[in-house]
Formats: sequence, structure tokens, C-alpha cells
Amino acid sequence: MTHILLRHRDIPDIHKLDVYQRNGGFAAFKKAVTEMKPEDVINVVKASVLRGRGGAGFPTGMKWSFMDRNNWPHYVVANADESEPGTFKDREIMESNPFQFLEGVAIASYAVGANAAYVYLRGEFWQVAHFLDERIAEMEEAGFLGEKLFGKDYSLKIYTHLGAGAYICGEETAMLESLEGNLGQPRIRPPFPPSYGLYGKPTVVNNVETLTNVPMIIANGAEWYKSMGTADSPGNKVFSLSGRIKKPGNYELPLGATFRELIYGQGGGIIDDRPVRAIMAAGASSSMIVADDKALDTPMDYASVRTLGADLGSASVIVIDDTVSLDWVVNKTIHFFKHESCGKCTPCREGNYWMQHLTERIHSGEGTQADVDLLYTVAKQMQGKCLCALGEFATMAVVTGIERFPDDFKSAVRS
Amino acid sequence: MSLAEKYPKEVKQILAKYPPEHKRSAVMPLLYMAQREEGYVNKAAMQDIASILDLSETEVASIVGFYTLYHDKKEGKYRMQVCTDLPCALRGADTFLSNLCSNLGVKVGETTPDGLVTIEAVMCLAACDKAPMFQVQSGDGLEYHENMNVDKTLELIEALRKSGQEVKK
Amino acid sequence: MANEVTLTIDERQVTVPAGTLVVDAAKKIGIDIPVFCYHPKMEPAGMCRMCLVEIGRPMIDRATNQPVLDENGLPKISWMPKLETACTNRVEPGMVVKTQLTSAKANDGQNATVEFLLTSHPLDCPVCDKGGECPLQNLTMAHGPGKSRFLYDDKIHLAKRLPLGDLIFLDRERCIQCARCVRFQSDVASEPVIGFYNRGRSLEIVSFSDPGFDSVFSGNTSDICPVGALTTADFRFGARPWELDASASICTQCPVGCNVTLNTRREAKADGQIVIKRVMPRQNEQVNETWLCDKGRFAYHYTESEKRLTRPLVRKDDKLSRVSWNTALTRAAEGLTANKKNFVVLASGRLSNEDLYNLKSLADGMGGQALLYSDMGGGELTALVGVSEGTNLGAMGKGDAILVVASDLYEEAPIWWLRVKQAADRGATLIVVNPRETKLDKHASFAIRYAYGDEVKTIDDLNGKGKIAEAFAQAQNAVVLFGSEGLGLEGSSALAAACAKLLSNTNHVGRPNNGLIGVWPRVNDQGAFELGFQPIADLAAELKGKAVYIVAADPTGDDPALAKALNGAKFVVAQDILETATTELADVVLPAQAYTEREGTYTSGERRVQRFYPVVPPRGDARPDFAVTAQLAREMGYILEGTSAFLVFDLLTESVESFRGLDYTKLAEVTEQWPIVGRNDLYYGGTTYENKQGLGAHLSSAAGRGSLTLPSPKGRGAKALRPKEDELLAVPVTKLYDMGVTVVDSELLANRIGEATVALHPSTAEKLGVEAGDEVKLNLNGGQVEVRARIDESISAGVVLVPRSFGLALREPSAVGLKSRAKVKA
Repeated sequence: MTHILLRHRDIPDIHKLDVYQRNGGFAAFKKAVTEMKPEDVINVVKASVLRGRGGAGFPTGMKWSFMDRNNWPHYVVANADESEPGTFKDREIMESNPFQFLEGVAIASYAVGANAAYVYLRGEFWQVAHFLDERIAEMEEAGFLGEKLFGKDYSLKIYTHLGAGAYICGEETAMLESLEGNLGQPRIRPPFPPSYGLYGKPTVVNNVETLTNVPMIIANGAEWYKSMGTADSPGNKVFSLSGRIKKPGNYELPLGATFRELIYGQGGGIIDDRPVRAIMAAGASSSMIVADDKALDTPMDYASVRTLGADLGSASVIVIDDTVSLDWVVNKTIHFFKHESCGKCTPCREGNYWMQHLTERIHSGEGTQADVDLLYTVAKQMQGKCLCALGEFATMAVVTGIERFPDDFKSAVRS
Repeated sequence: MSLAEKYPKEVKQILAKYPPEHKRSAVMPLLYMAQREEGYVNKAAMQDIASILDLSETEVASIVGFYTLYHDKKEGKYRMQVCTDLPCALRGADTFLSNLCSNLGVKVGETTPDGLVTIEAVMCLAACDKAPMFQVQSGDGLEYHENMNVDKTLELIEALRKSGQEVKK
Repeated sequence: MANEVTLTIDERQVTVPAGTLVVDAAKKIGIDIPVFCYHPKMEPAGMCRMCLVEIGRPMIDRATNQPVLDENGLPKISWMPKLETACTNRVEPGMVVKTQLTSAKANDGQNATVEFLLTSHPLDCPVCDKGGECPLQNLTMAHGPGKSRFLYDDKIHLAKRLPLGDLIFLDRERCIQCARCVRFQSDVASEPVIGFYNRGRSLEIVSFSDPGFDSVFSGNTSDICPVGALTTADFRFGARPWELDASASICTQCPVGCNVTLNTRREAKADGQIVIKRVMPRQNEQVNETWLCDKGRFAYHYTESEKRLTRPLVRKDDKLSRVSWNTALTRAAEGLTANKKNFVVLASGRLSNEDLYNLKSLADGMGGQALLYSDMGGGELTALVGVSEGTNLGAMGKGDAILVVASDLYEEAPIWWLRVKQAADRGATLIVVNPRETKLDKHASFAIRYAYGDEVKTIDDLNGKGKIAEAFAQAQNAVVLFGSEGLGLEGSSALAAACAKLLSNTNHVGRPNNGLIGVWPRVNDQGAFELGFQPIADLAAELKGKAVYIVAADPTGDDPALAKALNGAKFVVAQDILETATTELADVVLPAQAYTEREGTYTSGERRVQRFYPVVPPRGDARPDFAVTAQLAREMGYILEGTSAFLVFDLLTESVESFRGLDYTKLAEVTEQWPIVGRNDLYYGGTTYENKQGLGAHLSSAAGRGSLTLPSPKGRGAKALRPKEDELLAVPVTKLYDMGVTVVDSELLANRIGEATVALHPSTAEKLGVEAGDEVKLNLNGGQVEVRARIDESISAGVVLVPRSFGLALREPSAVGLKSRAKVKA
């Protein structure tokens, strides 16, 4: 198949400006600025039904249309904080197809009337940030960024901003706080960033992969885009495949491809050809999917995955076979969330601390069934009470792990 | 010498990224700059940054405390940060880390006796398909090392040691 | 004006202004939704998740934009799927709220939050200072699980005695990370000197400032801390809250007149005496809101000083000896009557209105003078064009202007600084006019810098054209606060006249939130002026050869020139609460009760008369000042009221026009205040006391009564003093923590007081070869003192700032010589 996101796999050296331009690069941005009104751009993206690729799957065009027109300036912030365990797609896009991403940032900025855009990268993407800085400089040199672009009255600057090691900064309001120079702790929502964002100004926050779709949509139109994927979830998606898999890596597939296609078709099956037991489709934040035939044949789109009692999220598919027990998996995820909880709200701060004590005890073999039951209760008690989604995410694997793989926990504890 | 005196051009460049009335945004890049020399942010640097940005020292310190890539204590010249999160652990990261530690004779969180390398276990680094992997953090920045094994890692440490000695000479 | 919104909370309808938070709307109808992070004086943070409630909104038909009705014709309610925080949701028309009282789901949610908090909380209530007035303790008793499901061995153990500074200790185990303290310091006080370090369960409060927790508002964080995490060094392990009695008082440290509650208990280690255990703010939204500065909170110890006078003393054979009151009064009366023609009363603004009224009556009766012991003048003008009824800095904002001149408000009257800053935050035009940079500059719309001595000219210029002048003139309401930075009596009087003229010219007098406010050095200077006391320029000349009745003042200790003058006085009666250099040279010494031992009233700088009440029994034989004066007067043949303060006050209101219509009952009236604090739900407003003892009342002003004629300015006026080539211009400035008798006894503040330093501009210092921290020799009043120098870039060259009340007598700007000590040696 032809890639529309991981285009570097078809076109060598697309990270070079001349190669990118020879392959249609910046034509979409030019078209937008010279031939389209900002609202036209928004309408095309709306019509494409592009959904946010960061995890929530919110329609992108709709988000752009929410920008408060009575409050200026506007900002665009690209979410390149990719920190969900099991997710590594944005990094590949930025490293190998950087201009398409940056063109997406530029088009989004034009659409919402922003003259400054920030790319917020996780601090660990130090090298990626420097690489992007060079690409941005090349774009400025070539006249794709700066004043009076394409002779029109539109100017744009793109800046990179490095985080410094905090998963929570992937949450959009925490990211804005961090970008403002504060602790990366989420804000209360509403208000949402399109009405109160960076520096209190209307802001669009979009994931890297989402933005990378945009130039192709503007260049080829909404109908072209909707011809891929499913009606509810059109387009391609980059699936990050990891865990007990023979060929881990990123795979760009149309939304709606099945788990079986990804795991056995692309990923080459399970290491040592062992049976797959569980799938986490949204990284560490996943609900545990029991990997039976029904699940394996379920299409990977936002709606279908929900029928399995799980979410597609960022499509970070972690494959778990029978070499590990789910109590170990849950201990790992809780260790992560306890480390990454920002501490702002009580249920997440205290709940993760409490759950970690319980999962440690259970995994070490010191626990009893009462500990498992309590772990389940604590997770349930956290649900619906946290300030942001992180606390909620932390409970997913715990609750569904215990519900769907009770035997793993039974055999882990003292009887 | 204060940071503003030492790196006037760079401070200006960093500040230019943000609206002047929101210069507080520059606190994170300035902290990276401050960390360059010794691999951690000392109190004097916090004071410098506070005065550049019209913040209190406590506000600057809070940022250091919140984010894991800023450090308030001196450790090894290189921090070798091994990802042991779920996806990496499913591909042998825990075993890699414990073997590495026993080869170096240190525990997780400790520094080699020569002060060269501190071994740390960290959360997901977005390289789950290339485990075992780690990043090396030094004052100069961060570098990923993917699809690693203990032998390759020991070679890397040796190379780091040598490069340090060459600089000294 | 404000849009009203009607909603339903727990099946009760409530109508509140649009924009009100659900938690506040509930509070107004007596429904207490528990909170930890929310505080009505701060923006909501929504982080503790304690105030979880169910919220529903009427379903709206998109086509018709009308509410969808159910079969009973009532609006259908669409409930939010999750519990919502009552502190972050604002009321909406038709909103329906179910709190813990009517919703099991909300109740369970709140219980869950309490249980989560308790997993990390040490439950050391039996040794915790907050125990007994602790929101977490109370809510645990009310909602808590009763049984811990969290394994006790897993409890986190953290530092329990971590000083954040000299005044505030942190117990890290008890902290529930609600960030009230951090948000108070950054959002309310604009002094972000404490913050969070680390994250998640490791989140901890830290201070990196030097000195630690460097804010004069730090004590307030202990009041609003919903647990015992922040305790004051003063009260820490001092007593249990339920043992304490509470008495209303007024802080005496500055002219703001903060309302306070003094907590006392009978104590074994004080031989069974009743002692003051702590000073707490008492709500008065028009004065100090719910706050108190650290000086007001911690400096009260002077009333317990070892140097308290407890018995009358009479000089015999050049020694002061104890005598009975009768003997002392007779002796004092004899000495004063014998010099009747040369009788002078010298009293300070530390005294109450009642004391000053009796003293003035005595002076008038004797045909003597009633002098105010003060180096700051202009009070006759604040009596004319001062602020009056209806004035509230807390109500000033957009469209209004506040001008602060010759005053470092942060050092002189911290709560005014806070309220002026907040008015600026709300949009008031703040004009700061000062010869050096002060902390207020950062919040100013305009900062005008002038050379010491040019203050009158600078204010006069604001009568003309220009952006700043127009902003002031066109403001809806305008208040001027003037101080005595760099000024003596003459200079400050001239400045007051210039300010009064500006206010009058721009028609900013005689209305609420308009007028002049003096930033006086003492609590009741305004009252003294209102009652006819006046300071005098050449006080030394006035004392020499006279019979002087000195009350609550220590001229001998303050100034060698005055000491000399008093030595040359014919007869001296000194009346005070403390032994001073003046009482030592007096012929008769009369011991007075401290304000904590009696009742009376003070008039604040905002001309609000407020009552204070007896808190502890008097020391020894000390008597209230007004009574002593009445008794002395009787011995001298004059009848004055001396039996009770309220009777004196009644006489006072009859004879002093601005006081007319006031009485003790009126001063004790309370109207409802918002936010509602200090009731059972300590979690809402903190431990600030509810005001049940009176909000006080404003004096009327001449301008308000419609009889304003400004006197023509007198004295030196705008002519600035210019020192000679080899001299510096020494000017007095005020520091919050000084060596004054009302501060120096507080051990807690010792480190904050530090030592006296004089400030020089870097260029002046360089010229003199002085470096920061060097000792310099300063020629002052004919003597030479050695003092350390510090450098201040914001002052002009050729100036030396000399702090008041640090033993360096400088009562007005003077040309002085200054040498570096090194040079002296060379």
C-alpha cells in the first residue's frame, strides 16, 4: 500500500526540503494561503472527518471551528509529547517525514489565524527538536515561514519547545501550563483551549500525526481522504506495535484493519509462536482486551474497539502472550502512573500510591485475595473523580485486568 | 559570572521565542542551559534564571523539582537512563538492566566509582520497538541508544570514558 | 446591575449573582459543601476533589431553544455523568445541584476523597496544633470511613519539623497538597516564595527564598491550611485550640487597625496567670478582610515584657521608689500645678481616643499645650479631607485611582499594601510616587520617581496636564495615601497640604472612596489629630524649662537632643506601660495598662473608629491611661470622666464634631460579611475569626459635611534641602521590623529585625570607598555613630537612608557627614 503518513518508506530522503517539494511538498500550504479562506480550510478538514490521533479521537475540523474569534492572538500547539508507553509513531514521523508534519502545523495555523505555533516535544526528544529546528530554519529560508507568505498578508513562525520528562504534559492543558513556564499540571476544563489556551488565548492543540494528515487532505480533498478507513473513522492510522511480537514497529494501515492483520499480517506473529493472551490497544492506558478470535477479527477503528470494552486511543498496540502474568503487567502500569501522577488532585495522587503498594504486594506473592479485591475497589473509587484523564487511565488496566483475567491474580496471591 | 553574562546571545535567542510579556515560558530552556556545565542546576543558576525572568527562586526551583530531566544534585557525568516500562520489559529490559548493573558493580540509581556513569531506570522513552534501549543524558543533551545489549553498552561506556580522558589531555 | 441566576440546591431555590460558584451559592443558603483546596478569597483550583456534587442542567430543545418539559410540565434535567466539583462550576439558570445531603453518590464521592487523603495523613491529631479546629479532622469525624483499609505499615513517613523560615514550620506528613498556601502567596500576596517541589505523592512545600519564607504575610498560610501542616513558631505546641478563650482586639502596630482576636488561656508555666497564646485575624472586609501581617501576628509580646511598669514611682533622693497611687498622683499634681503656666502634655498615637481626649481636656483646662509626639504632620488635613463613611479600599477597582506618595506601604502598613495592590489587580489606576523603588512599583500603572525634597513639587505638578494627572483627575473615585518617607514634620505637613489641594482641585473629597489617608507611624495618630493634638517643629525648645506630662512616648530614648531638653525641664511626669529612658529621668512615673488589659477605641488611618476589649488581667497596679489622667486631673482640681471608657467616649462624641453620632453600641454593630467565615465549617474560610464584636464606624469629614476650607500651607513648603559638597542628604525611612518598643521584645522577629543599616547609592558608595556590609561613621546630631552600609541602586546619589527606630536619631532630612571606617583609620 501507499503510505500517506510514513511516506519516507516510499520516498527516500523526503526529509530533505528539495525532495519533499518535488513530491508536492508545501503545495497544500500555498493553496490554502493563496486560494482558500481560513474557514474554507476548516471546512475541508471538517468534511474529511479527520479525528485526533493523540488518543481522544475528537474531530479535528470541529476543534478548529471552536476557536474564539473575539479573543486574539490565536496559537497552535503541536503535541509532540509522545509519552504513552507503547507509542512511538510521532517520533518516526518527525524524524523521517518532518516537512509534512510542519506543513500540517502551518496549514492549521493559517486555518485558525495563528501567527505563532509551538511544537511541544517531550524533553527526551532532544535530538528530534534540534533536527526540527534545522528544518524550520530551512523553511524560513525557502519562504514557507516568516512574513507575508506567498505574497499574502499572512505571517507565521514555528518554534520548538522541549519538555523535561513528564507524561502529564501530553494532557493538553498541562502542556500549556508547562509551555507557560509553570508546573505541568492540568487545568480545570472547561474552559477548553480553543477558548482559553496558551497565555489565556484561544489555542488549538493537535497531535503530530493528526497534523501530518492535514497537507494530504488539503491537497487531495476530503472525499479522497474518506475513501480510506471506515465511514466513522476515515483515513490511515499509524499503529505502534510492541510487546511480545516478532516484528515490532510502526505500521500505517487504514482505520478498520483488524488486530489479526496487524499482529499476524504485519507483525509476523508472536515471539516463539506462543499464543496471544491480551492486547492493550491504547498503551498503558488501555483496558485489557482478551485476545480471543472475536477480538482478533475486530476492526481497529474507534467505534469497533469500543465493542470490546476498550479504546483505540493512540493505537499503541502492546501484545501480551502467556509468558507473563497480568498481575505483573498491572504492577508495571501502576508503577508508571504512580511515577507520572502530577500530584494535583487527590484521587490520582493518593490512589496510585495506594494501588502501587497493593500491586507490589500481589506481584511479590505476599498478597491475598483481599488485596486483589481492595485493589479493584480502590481503582473503582478513583474512577470519575480525578481532575484529568491520567487518574482514569491508571485504573483501566487494573479494573479490566482483574475482571477479565481473574485467574492470573488468584494464582499470584497466597491462598 | 551569571548565566546572563556568560551566555548573553543564547539567553536572548531563548527569550525571543516567547512573547515578551510571557517570558516565564523561557524557564525550561534556560534550565537546560544552566544544566549544561555540571549536569545539574545549582542554587546560583536558579537565582540567575529567577532574575532574568522576574520570578522568585522558589518558582524556578519548583520547575526543577517537577520535571525528571532536571537535576538538583551532581551525579555521574553521564546518566544512562534505561527504559524498563511495560513494552520494553516485555522485550527483556529488566534483565538487560540487572545484567548491566552487575557488570558495572553498581545498583540502579548508583554511579560508577569513577563518577562517569549513573545508571537509572526510567519510564517509557517512545522507543518500544527497539528495546532494550536507553538514553544517555549529559550536560550536552540526550542521545538514544536502541536495540542494545550489555556488551554494546559496556563498549559505549568505555568510549565515553576515553573521550573524557582525551578532552582532559 | 448584576444578572441574577436562580438554581436549585438540595431541593431549595436560591438566587445569586451570575458568576457565583456553586459552593458559594450553597454557602449562602446554609448548605456547607466541604472543601479543602477551595478558599473564597482565591480562584478555584478544583484539585482536592472534596466538593464533589451531582450537577444537572435543563435539557434544551435545539430547534426551539426552549427547555424540554417532562410529563409534569417541569424541565427535564440532564445530569452530568460524573460527579462535579462545586468549587469550579458556576451557577446557571435552572441548574440543579445535589450535595452530600441529598445524593448518596455525592456523599460516597466525598467519603472517597477523605479516605484517599487519610491514606497518607499521619492522624497524629493528639499532638497536632490544628487538632480541635482542623477541617480534615472534622470531616473525618463526619464522613470518614471509621476503619482504615490502607495498611498502616505502608504509611508514608516524612519530615515533621521542617522550618520554612523563622516563623512557619512545615509538617510534611500532614500536608494534603491543597496548595492553598502556595496560591495565597502567589495570587493574594504576590510573593511566591513558597512552592511545590517534586510531583505526585512526593509533592512537597518548599521555600528557596533567603530568609526562608520571606513574606510579611506568611502567618496567614497557617490560618488557611486545612490541616496542621503549617504551624507558626509562636503557637506551635503552645496550647490546644479548645482550651483557648477568645477576645476581640485591634492590632496596634500600624494605622491600618486590623481587627484581631487574641486567644488566651490560664497557664501553669505562667503561675496560673492568663496569658496570650496567639493573635488571629478577625474578619473585617473593610479593613483587613481575613488577613493579618506577621508583625501584627507576632509582635504582641511587648505587652508581656519584663520591662512592664507595674507600680507608681516617685523620685526621692535622685532615685525612683515605689509609692502608692495616692502618693504618686499627689506628687505629680503638685509638680505640675506648681508650673501651671508652663504645662505641656506630650502624648503619642499609641494611646486610645479616650486617653487622648482626657489628656487634651486636661491641657485645655490648665491652659497648657497638647502636643502630639510625632515627626509626621498633616493630620489637620486628613481630618478635613480624609476618607469617611462608605470608604472601602476593597471596593475600589476599575475606573478608580489610588495615589501613594512618600511611603513604602509594604514596610509601613502591609495590609494597606495588600489592599492597594489588589485594587490595582482589579483595574484601579495605581500611581506610586516615591524617591526610590518599592515593592508596590511592580503593580503600579504609573511610577513617578523624584529626588528627596521634591515631593511637594511632584504632587503639585499632578494638578496640571499630562497622562498621569488626567488619569487621576478623571478617575471616578480617588484616594491619596501619603507617608513620611524621607520627611520630617515640616516636609510631611507640606506634602499633606499638596495632596489635599490635589484632591480638592480634582473634586475627590467628601464622597465615599475619595480623600486623603495618612500612613502614620502609630495606630491612633489619626485619632490624636482629630482630638486636637498637634506635633510641633522645635519640640526640644518647647520642653525645656516646662512641666511636662509625657504619656506613651520616649523622647529621651529616641533623640539625644530631646533627652537634653527634658533634662532641662522643670518637672516630668511619665506615664507608660514600659520602662523607658524617659521614665528613668522622670520625677513621677505612672504605670499604664496595655491595650490588652482594658477597653477603648482607636481611629485608623482610614478614619474608622474601632473598639478593643480587655483580653488579660492588668499587670500589677497599672491603670488605664484615661483613668490615670482623670485621677491626676482631680488632684489638680479638674473633674474629668475616668470611671469607664465608654463614658469618656460619650463626652468625646459630644464635643468633637467628626465623632458626632457615634457610641460604643454603634461601634459594636456587625452587618453580614462575605465570605462567611469562622463558623463550624472551618474548611471554608480557615481559622480566621468571625467578627461578632463590631466593624467600627467612620468619622465624618469636614468635606463630607460640606464645610471645607483648606488652610493655606505653612512652613518650609516645597524648598528642598541641598547638602554641601562633602555632605550627604540623610533622610529617615521606615522599616516594618525595627527596634521600636512594640517590636523588639518579640524574639521570633529578632532575625527579621536585623541590625541598623544605612543605604547608599552605588556611585555614592564608590566615591566614599564603601562596600556593601562595611561599617561607616555617620555624623548625626553632633554625635558620631558607626553603622553598616548597604547599597540601594534605586535611590539617588548623594543620599543616605537612615532607618527610623534603630537608635539613629534623625527626625528630619539633614545634611550629614559620612566616612568609611577604613578611611577614618587611614
